[in-house]
Amino acid sequence: MRAIRIQTADFDPGAECSALAAGRPGIGAVVAFTGLVRGDDGLSALTLEHYPGMSEREIARHVEEAETRWPLQGVAVIHRVGSLVPGERIVLVAVASAHRRAAFEAAEFLMDYLKTRAPLWKQERRGAKTEWIEASDADEDAAIRWRRA
Amino acid sequence: MTLLYFAWVRQKIGLSEERFPLPLQVATIADLVETLRARGGGYAEAFAQPRRLHAAINQEHARFDARLRDEDEVAFFPPVTGG
Repeated sequence: MRAIRIQTADFDPGAECSALAAGRPGIGAVVAFTGLVRGDDGLSALTLEHYPGMSEREIARHVEEAETRWPLQGVAVIHRVGSLVPGERIVLVAVASAHRRAAFEAAEFLMDYLKTRAPLWKQERRGAKTEWIEASDADEDAAIRWRRA
Repeated sequence: MTLLYFAWVRQKIGLSEERFPLPLQVATIADLVETLRARGGGYAEAFAQPRRLHAAINQEHARFDARLRDEDEVAFFPPVTGG
């Protein structure tokens, strides 16, 4: 099972994890990462923009790569776009597998690639001031370490 | 071809999408960047530092030496910051 969605609406991480494993007793591990809007330095809102079509395809390509690297039985990736305030859920990566190690590793791999390859952009708002977030070297380094020699 | 702009590239140019017939002398994305920059105004601002930009052809990341066809969808955007 594979679910990839870009949406403005909120999602329910528990329901998504239950749906991944429902009716499939071979699954012994579901690892889910939920990213939240962090309200530091006076952040009042984040606005997310994406490239419709390419963002879903780019995520799908990385889910396919994860499926070749780990024995996965289900993957859900949900990313919200639009305007979000601190504390709101922004992204979910949930991975189901027979055992925990594959699920942990694949979830981390997918998050690292989501941050550096999927065409989504965040704009921060602090009071009346808006600013596009700059890409981080730390995120790029995190993705590079998954490259195969 | 169809050109798409995202994030601050879109804001500087003031458009999210436009039709652009591929000129004969434009073979690669790097050529296209030069042609668009020469339009001046917001284009000159958006393409002032091409190293800060990423491009995609038909919804796949592309290098600046990638070759173009008139039926392509070409997008320009800043380094991504999702997740």
